[in-house]
Amino acid sequence: MSETIRSILATDCGSTTTKAILIELTSDGYRLKVRGEAPTTVEKPFDDVTVGVINAVTEVQELAGRTIVGEDGRIITPQTDEAGVDLYLSTSSAGGGLQMLVAGVVRSMTAESAERAALGAGAIVMDVLCSNDQRQPHEQITRIRHLRPDMILLSGGVDGGTTSHVAELAELISAADPKPRLGAGYELPVVFAGNVEARGAVNDALEEKTALSVVDNLRPTLDEENLDPARDQIHDLFMEHVMAQAPGYDKLKSWTSAPVMPTPGAVGAIITTVAEQRKLQVIGVDIGGATTDVFSVFQHKFNRTVSANLGMSYSISNVMATAGLDNVLRWVPFDIDESELRNRIKNKMVRPTTIPSLVRDLQVEQALAREALRLSLIQHKEFATELKGVRKSRDISEAFDQSGSGNTLVNMMTCDLVVGSGGVLSHAPRRVQSALMLIDSFEPMGVTKLAVDSIFMMPQLGVLSTVHEAAATEVFERDCLVPLGTCIAPVGKTKGGKPLAKITLELPDGKVERTLAVGDLDLIKLPTGSSARCTIEPAKGVDVGAGPGQVLNTEIEGGEAGIFLDGRGRPVQVPADAQQRVAAIETWIENLDLYPREGAHS
Amino acid sequence: MSHAYTPGLKVSDAAEFVRARSLPIPGEVLVKQGDSVEPDTVVARALLPGNVVTANFARQLGVAAADLGELLLVKPGETVKEGQPIAQSKGIFGMFKQAVNAPTTGEFESVSAVSGQAIFREAPIPVEVRAYVGGKVTSVTDTFGVDVTARGIMVQGIFGIGPEVAGPITLAGPDPAKRLEPADIKAEHKGSVLVGGSFASLATLRACIEKGVTALVVGGIDAADLKELLGFDLGVAITGNETVGLTLVVTEGFGELAMAGKTHRLLSNAVGQVASVSGATQIRAGVMRPEVLVPREIEAIEQTEVDTGFMHEGSVVRIIRDPHFGSLGKVTALPPEPAALETEAKVRILTVALADGTPVTLPRANVELVDESL
Repeated sequence: MSETIRSILATDCGSTTTKAILIELTSDGYRLKVRGEAPTTVEKPFDDVTVGVINAVTEVQELAGRTIVGEDGRIITPQTDEAGVDLYLSTSSAGGGLQMLVAGVVRSMTAESAERAALGAGAIVMDVLCSNDQRQPHEQITRIRHLRPDMILLSGGVDGGTTSHVAELAELISAADPKPRLGAGYELPVVFAGNVEARGAVNDALEEKTALSVVDNLRPTLDEENLDPARDQIHDLFMEHVMAQAPGYDKLKSWTSAPVMPTPGAVGAIITTVAEQRKLQVIGVDIGGATTDVFSVFQHKFNRTVSANLGMSYSISNVMATAGLDNVLRWVPFDIDESELRNRIKNKMVRPTTIPSLVRDLQVEQALAREALRLSLIQHKEFATELKGVRKSRDISEAFDQSGSGNTLVNMMTCDLVVGSGGVLSHAPRRVQSALMLIDSFEPMGVTKLAVDSIFMMPQLGVLSTVHEAAATEVFERDCLVPLGTCIAPVGKTKGGKPLAKITLELPDGKVERTLAVGDLDLIKLPTGSSARCTIEPAKGVDVGAGPGQVLNTEIEGGEAGIFLDGRGRPVQVPADAQQRVAAIETWIENLDLYPREGAHS
Repeated sequence: MSHAYTPGLKVSDAAEFVRARSLPIPGEVLVKQGDSVEPDTVVARALLPGNVVTANFARQLGVAAADLGELLLVKPGETVKEGQPIAQSKGIFGMFKQAVNAPTTGEFESVSAVSGQAIFREAPIPVEVRAYVGGKVTSVTDTFGVDVTARGIMVQGIFGIGPEVAGPITLAGPDPAKRLEPADIKAEHKGSVLVGGSFASLATLRACIEKGVTALVVGGIDAADLKELLGFDLGVAITGNETVGLTLVVTEGFGELAMAGKTHRLLSNAVGQVASVSGATQIRAGVMRPEVLVPREIEAIEQTEVDTGFMHEGSVVRIIRDPHFGSLGKVTALPPEPAALETEAKVRILTVALADGTPVTLPRANVELVDESL
């Protein structure tokens, strides 16, 4: 993309709010200038998404002191003198986003690859149908009919392999005669990305009843996954078919300088870009009111999962139901009656926009957030795996290790950066609270940087990365991420109460030496923009990233919270006894200055 | 005067309600515009495609799928009876022939020459849509359904369970702040929409089911009791299809919470009149709250502050989160600048004078407008 791009406007049309950001080229590179937001307008009385877009952009132009919306009510592109912008881009998850049904022959192989392709494209996967999912064909047909997805991705079979199973799936879809969720007057898009030999049979079964398109097999061989053609086709169909049904999208499409992307797909794009450019292994999480999205890039592989019904308002009751009372209570630093806690959570569920005004209320919400995040990461780890069904040659140590194919790619010891976003993390009253929520739930091992995306502009930067990578990464690093600091967490056991590690930090104002005991949690201040040389000498059998008992020398970055020294073990050990638990958490609160004292102890 | 937008639940004795009654697929509309309907009037009907039953004939007969065509005894598209032979193998020298039979009664739709899968479709399933509320048909959408419009009392609850029902209103007692005990549920409440007080325990809910109460409208319930009643912990508030034998409308929230005075007053004045009640709740896009509707003759529709959603100094609000959860108060100030809470979060706030005059400062997000006077 040309370097003469002077200004970029990007909007994200969310299900409730449309957010706009203005990026300008300054003497200091591309920087975020201002942001604005307005309610999304896809429902009555407006029924036109561009109304919300213009409202959000109007706020931006007022704050920026320049004209962006022309007299004809359109965004002015390209920039002329002081009016308009050179690029206008948008993402969207309005109207419930992209809801897909995926199908494949074997659950752990082609169906899982198809699910990965759909999730990676930014879809919500409503169900995964496969030949071995234990459901009877008539149950599968009933399910397809009941779901009314926006699109179906059908896969199955390696190229040249058997065709009958995937043909059978196509016939089931045909028998169900599925109708799209939005708009009665168009055919449901179906993408076939399976065995090339089965194209004829799939075409025979689906051509007349659906808008069938065929792309390369997403699993051409057992050892290879080729998701890009399916993902690209999903993006194209999202615009052509699904968004075309949503009110005002034709207009929006005609305004933008690049195709409108589904919001989560755009987040994946920016995380992948940054991970590749900076050679990082990254986990990102966006915890919302209804769902929690987890993104990761490990070993150059991008994965995304959506934990539907794990969220902080609409789904908060489900967090409690899934995690269980004991798991929630272990993060609460006071005794609370079970019945009162349950009522409190249900009241939040039915009045999701309320916010905690008491410290104790905040502590309960943050306890639930830890569990929502923890459960989402478990789901992500189970999904973000090496390909299953791949034949591996093993050396002798791997044979003893008993590891098969399909191991998780997510390795918290090699993870360089954890990025959190979503209200409970981005708007926590103290940044140290956000950092500790990420540490307690994701349990980073060794040395890991922590950050939050304070205004959640990853979607807009993601779509920007597809047309102007440099601008997207510059703004991501300088204006999007708020560094929280670094977590040092040795992993392993010591004998006879010996300390886990000796940590030496060369801070800007002098050298600090700390001995980290089992169960300790401490914080050393190191402001944003500062770094410290760090030497970690772990005890025998304890690992901080260089191997058990091996000394690690590294550079550590500061942040709004600082450097966390976490000796609580992995998984984090919280005393089971209520009294001891409260005492332990109170010590952590004290050491980290986590909450205002008066409220926390009132 | 400063003001702010905040939603609230509608509680009015002079409301107009329009309820769309739609089929899931095109069908036949049985009423016409201007018709008067009762809650149980069937307004539209359709036939859902029948269930599909599959059988893999190639596997069952041990033949190649491509060869099935010549073995069929019945052509695709024909009607068949369960057990009727559909295909037969050639056997060996004309002997040992093996047949496969229709697994169900219906239409033999197709058989695949690739997978060998045969598809049978059972008889269509009739679906009926009822009016739900007594009123007039005000619009008809060809082949899909109608809008039924009525005027009268409308009470929105905060949470509910159970399907649409209708029945005459009965009152459990005169005090909206009194708990509803199992002993308060009497045989004469059978078939009625019972309006209770501040709280119904699990025992009370079970007494309602046992005595055949059609719907219960109550201030609060315990979350733990709901879990027991449903048999699972409700994770997401999407309800309306529960089949516990009672439609429940919770007007205030979880815990013991006195029913709002206006709600109790309006429903008390409608004792004996038929109410349409729905427990359906959906607290995501397209918010849906449970409701009690009592159609009656009304000349003018009341427009209240809750309808506008705008709160200003003097507005009456209910506090919907601790501290002071459930209390009513009058807005005394709506400062434009965000202020720090005890948690240190900086948010937009308001000041409310409680009923006894005590001033409290709260996040604006933690109140809702109520049509009540103080």
